[in-house]
Amino acid sequence: MKLKTVLMGAAGAMALSVGTTSAQDPVSLTIVSWGGAYTTSQVRAYHDPYMAENPHVTIINDDGSANALAGLRAQSQAGNVTWDLVDMLPSDAQLACDEGLILEIDHDEMLAAAPDGTSASEDFLPGSLGECFIPQIVYSTVLTYRPGAFSDDAQPSSIADLFDVENFPGRRALQDRPGTNLEWALYADGVDPDDIYEVLSTPEGVDRAFAKLDTIKEHIVFWTEGAQAPQLLADGEVVMATGYNGRMFDAIEVEGMDADIIWDGQVVEWDGWVVPAGGSNIEAVMDYLYWATDTQRLADQAKYISYGPARASSAPLVGEHADLGIDMNQHMPTNPDNYFSPIILDNDFWTDYGDELRERFANWMLQ
Amino acid sequence: MAQADARALANGAEPAPTDRAGRLQTADGVPLKTALRRAERRRKIAAFLLVAPLLFFILTFFVFPIAQMMWRSVDNPQVVRALPQTLEALQDWDGSDVPGEPVFAALHADMMADLERPRVAQAIGPLGIRLNYELSAARSAISRTARQVPNFEAPYRDAFMDSHRLWGDPALWRIIKREGRPLTSAYYVAALDREFDDQGNIVRRDENRRIYVQLFIRTILMSVAITFLTFMLGFPISYYLSILPMRYANLLMICVLLPFWTSLLVRTSAWIVLLQQQGVINTMLVQIGLISDDGRLSMIYNMTGTIIAMTHILLPFMVLPLYSVMRNIPPSYVRAAKSLGATPWTAFRRIYFPQTLPGIGAGGVLVFIISIGYYITPALVGGQSGRMISNEIARHMQQSLNWGLAAALGTMLLIGVLVLYWVYNRLVGADSLKLG
Amino acid sequence: MINKAENRRSTGGKLVSSGNRNGFVVFDRVQKSYDGETLVVKDLNLSIAKGEFLTMLGPSGSGKTTCLMMLAGFETATNGEILLDGRPINRIPPHKRGIGMVFQNYALFPHMSVGENLAFPLEVRGMGKSQREAQVKRALDMVQMGDFANRRPAQLSGGQQQRIALARALVFEPEVVLMDEPLGALDKQLREHMQFEITRLAHSLGITTVYVTHDQIEALTMSDNVAVFNDGVIQQLAPPEELYERPANSFVAQFIGENNKLEGTVETIDGERCTVRLDDGTVVDAQPVNVTSAGERTRVSIRPERVESNPQRLPEDAHLVDAEVLEFIYMGDTFRFRLRVAGQDDFVMKYRNAQDQLRLTVGDKIRIGWLPEDCRALDI
Repeated sequence: MKLKTVLMGAAGAMALSVGTTSAQDPVSLTIVSWGGAYTTSQVRAYHDPYMAENPHVTIINDDGSANALAGLRAQSQAGNVTWDLVDMLPSDAQLACDEGLILEIDHDEMLAAAPDGTSASEDFLPGSLGECFIPQIVYSTVLTYRPGAFSDDAQPSSIADLFDVENFPGRRALQDRPGTNLEWALYADGVDPDDIYEVLSTPEGVDRAFAKLDTIKEHIVFWTEGAQAPQLLADGEVVMATGYNGRMFDAIEVEGMDADIIWDGQVVEWDGWVVPAGGSNIEAVMDYLYWATDTQRLADQAKYISYGPARASSAPLVGEHADLGIDMNQHMPTNPDNYFSPIILDNDFWTDYGDELRERFANWMLQ
Repeated sequence: MAQADARALANGAEPAPTDRAGRLQTADGVPLKTALRRAERRRKIAAFLLVAPLLFFILTFFVFPIAQMMWRSVDNPQVVRALPQTLEALQDWDGSDVPGEPVFAALHADMMADLERPRVAQAIGPLGIRLNYELSAARSAISRTARQVPNFEAPYRDAFMDSHRLWGDPALWRIIKREGRPLTSAYYVAALDREFDDQGNIVRRDENRRIYVQLFIRTILMSVAITFLTFMLGFPISYYLSILPMRYANLLMICVLLPFWTSLLVRTSAWIVLLQQQGVINTMLVQIGLISDDGRLSMIYNMTGTIIAMTHILLPFMVLPLYSVMRNIPPSYVRAAKSLGATPWTAFRRIYFPQTLPGIGAGGVLVFIISIGYYITPALVGGQSGRMISNEIARHMQQSLNWGLAAALGTMLLIGVLVLYWVYNRLVGADSLKLG
Repeated sequence: MINKAENRRSTGGKLVSSGNRNGFVVFDRVQKSYDGETLVVKDLNLSIAKGEFLTMLGPSGSGKTTCLMMLAGFETATNGEILLDGRPINRIPPHKRGIGMVFQNYALFPHMSVGENLAFPLEVRGMGKSQREAQVKRALDMVQMGDFANRRPAQLSGGQQQRIALARALVFEPEVVLMDEPLGALDKQLREHMQFEITRLAHSLGITTVYVTHDQIEALTMSDNVAVFNDGVIQQLAPPEELYERPANSFVAQFIGENNKLEGTVETIDGERCTVRLDDGTVVDAQPVNVTSAGERTRVSIRPERVESNPQRLPEDAHLVDAEVLEFIYMGDTFRFRLRVAGQDDFVMKYRNAQDQLRLTVGDKIRIGWLPEDCRALDI
C-alpha cells in the first residue's frame, strides 16, 4: 500500500480563498520519492515553496521509489501512467531509459543555468547527469564505527581498517549486495580509486575482490534496509558498519549515537529525478523541474538532510540545518575535507555487470 | 368393489400416460425426459449464476495474472523485434567465428530502422537489457553502438567492432542467434543454475554463480523445519484448547491469534530486542552463566531468526485446523481405549493421534505452502543465511527488473507446491483436510 | 440363576441404606461432587453380585452416569470406596481395572477396521497374533458379525456398530462390563432386539453387567436388579417385578410405568389395609406403604391395568368410585379409557382387548374400584 499524502501549501489555500490570481488551470502532480526524512526534506525545500508561488499546482507525494522501476514498467505496460515525476537511483534510471519508460532530458534546455551563467551541463557535478536523469543530491556510502569499541590510541581511520580484523576486532555490518563492498575490497587491497572499475571488469579483478572479502567473512553481519545499519551500531551488535551518510548523520547528530564517520573511500552516488514517458502533465512537471533543480533550491535541501547538492554552484550556499542549527557544510560528502578519496559509483558498470556480480555475491554469501 | 380396489393397488394406481412411442409423458403431455431436462437446465443456470461472480473474480485476479506470469517465463520478443534482418542474415552462420559483412550490414539496417521509431517504441534498449542477462556488458555494447550508428559507413563490420569489443566476440552472436526466437528456455536454464556453453549445450554454471537450486533446497528445508516446529508447539496447545470449556478456549485462542493482529514492524522490533547478540535472551544467558560474553548466540539476521519469526507468525495456521479437528474428537474414544486396557500413552498414540491426522495434514500443508512463498519476514530478520527463494523472486521483480527470470523461478515454485499437494493428496487424501 | 435369587433375597424391596461389602462390585458410602458445593452422588451404597445384571435407571442428572464413570475409573470418588472383587479400586487407573465398557455413541475407533477395533484390547495386553485372530473371530461370531471384520465402523448401520461395540467390550473377557445407554440411538424395533441379545449374552457368559439407561422398559426387561436413581440417591433397588408392583415411594411409582395418582388423607389404617379419603370426599382402599397413622397426607398410586370397572370382580366390601368416560383410545392389544375420577380428568384405565370385555363409550357413567393391595398409599 502506498501512503499518499495530499499536501496543500498554506499559501496555496490562501490564494484559493482570495480568488485565482493565475489564469492557469489547476493541476495536480504526483511525485514519487523515498518517504521518511528524505521526502520531508523535499517537501520543505521544493514542494511547499513551489506551491506557494504556483497556487494552481497541488503536489501529491507517493512513497514508491523503492520499487520505482517495477512501477514504471507496470504503468507503461498498462498504458496508464499516473506518476508525473519520480525520484530514483541513476542505475535504475539507466535501465528505465533503455526501456524507453522515461523521457530523455536535454540538460541545457530544460534546466536552469547557474547564477553566474554556467550552463547546467557544466554546473552539475561531472558524470552525474544521465540521458534521462537529473541529479539532485550526492550521497555516499561511508564506514562508521563506535569509538568505544577500540582503544583511544588505535581508532580505525580508513577502509583498510575495515579489513583488518587483527587490529580492529569485532563484527562488521555490510550491505548484502556487491556494490560498494567489491569496490572497497579492491581499494583496501591497494587499487587506486580511479582504476577500481577497470580492475573489476576482469575476472581476475573480481576474484581478487572476493578473496579480500573472504578475509573478513566470519566477522560480517549483513544488512538489507538502510535503517538497519545505524541500528546495529547503536545496539552494540557490531563495531563498525557501512551505511548511507544521511542515515548516519541522523543517528549521530539527531539520535545522539556515539559513532564516527570515516570519509576515506566514501562511495559517492547520485539520486535524482526522472520524468515518466506518457504522463499527462509534462508541461507542468518541466516547469517544476526547472525551478526545483536550480542552484538555490538544491542548496536549500541541504538544510534539512545531510546530502550534498549535485550542483557545484550550490555548495557555497549550504548553510545551517534548519532545525538543529548545525553547520551542514562539514557533513556534506562533497565538502573538500571529506571528499579526499572518493570512489564514484559507476552506474554503467553496474548495469552491465550487476546481474553476474550479484549472483556471484549471493553465492559467496551462501557458502 | 373391494376386490377391484385391491387389484388396482397391486398394479400401481393408474397407468402413467405415454405417447405413441411408449415414452413416459407428464400430465401436460410433454415427454417426461424433456420436462426433466428443462428443470435440470434451470437448476444449472441458477447454480452458474450463483458461482459466476466468484468465477469472474478468480479468473481476472488469479488465473489470468498467473497465466501471464507463466507466459513471461518463456516470452522472448526482444531480439526478434529489434533485429529481424540480422536474424535473417545469421541463418547460414555456423557459429564458429565472427559473422561476415552481410550480417553487420543487416545489423546496421536494423538499428537505423529502430532509430526512426518513436522513443517509447524503440526496441534497442530492451534488446540490450535482454542480452545483458546472457552476457555481461552486452547492454553497453548495444546502447553505445546505437548512439554511433548514424555515423557508420560501410564496411560496417569494422565500424561495429571498433565501437565495442563485444561485437568481435562470437559468444554475443551465438546468443543473438539462440535468443532470436519468440520463445526461450533461457530463464529456466538460469533458474536451474545452468547456462549454455559454446556448443549450445546446457551445462552447470560456474560454481561461484550457482544460487537458485541451493536456495530452493534451503527454502524447502526451512519450510519443513518451520512446519515441524509449528506442529510441535501447536499440537499441545490445540489439545489443551480443545478440552477447555468454550469460553476459556476462546480467550486462549485470542492469545494464539495475536500474531495475526500485530503489525509486522512491531513484531520485528520485538524479535530484534529479544534475539540480537546484545538482546534480552543473550544477556540473560550470559548473566546466569550459561554462555560466556564472547559466546553470545546469533539468533537473528540468520536462518535461526527466520525460523523463529516464521514459526511465530504461522503458528495460528497450524493451531486452527488442529483445534477444530480435536474439538470434534469425542473424549469417549480415549476413554474407550483406556477401558480396553490401553495405557494413556498407548491410547494417545494409537487412538487419539491418528484421529488428529486430518488436522495435522491441513495445518502442515497450510504452513508449509505459506512458508515456502514467504518473503517479508526473511527479508527483515533473515540476514543472509535466512533468505528464501521468494526474496530472490522479489528482487528480480522489483530491483533487477528481470521479470522473465522472476517468472521462471515463480513458476518452478508454483509447480513445486502443486507437486507437493499432489503427493499429499495421494498419500493422505485432500478430502480429509479440515480447515477449521 | 442362584445369584439372581440370592440377590433378590438380600436386597428385598427396601431402600438400600446399609453398606454390604460382600458383593463383587461394591460402592461403599460413595460421594461425588464436581464443584465442592453440591453432591451429585450422595452417600451411595450398592452391592452387585457376581454375574448379576444391574441397571441404573433414572432421569438425566440423577447421578447414574457419574456412578458408572467412577466404576470405570474416569471419575474419582470424592469420598467413599469402590471395591471390585474385594479390592479397593479407587487408585487403580482405568486401563488396569479390566472392566469392559460400551459407550453411548459406541466409540468405535473410526480409523480402524472392525477387526482391528476388536483386536485392540488383546494387542495392548500383548496377546500373540494367531490367538488374537481366533479370539476376535469368536467375539464377532458371538454377535453374528463374523463377515464384517474388514469393514470400517462408518460402513456399518447403527445396530451393527452396537454389536461390534458389545463384542469389543467382551472380547478380552472382562469380569465386569459397563454399558452407558448403549441402545439410545437405535430405533424401537432394533432396540428391542438388542435388549434381548445383550441379556442373552450377559447371562450366557455369566458376566457382571452394570447398565445405565433412562428407559424404564429397557430396565425392566433386561435386569436382574434395577437401581432407581434420583437426585444422587438410590430411591429403590429391586428386581423389576417388585419395582413395578411395589414401588417404594411416589418417585419410583411415577417413574416406572404408568400410574394414576390421587391425593388425600389416611382415614383408617389397619395392618396391610387402609382407607384414604380423597380431597373431594371419595373414600378408596389402599395398602399403606409410606404411611403409618390416620390423618397423614398421602398420595395413592394405582396402575391403569389394575383398575376394575366390573364390581362383580371385586370383594364385597371394596369401596367403589364414581367415574365418567371422557375418551376412548383403541390401541390394538389394549383399550384405554380416560376417566374423570374424584374431580381429576387424567385418570387412566386399561383393558386387555378380549372378546368378553366390556365396551364403554364416551359419556358413560360407571363405578370403578380396585383390590386394596393394588393401590399403594405413598409419600406425598
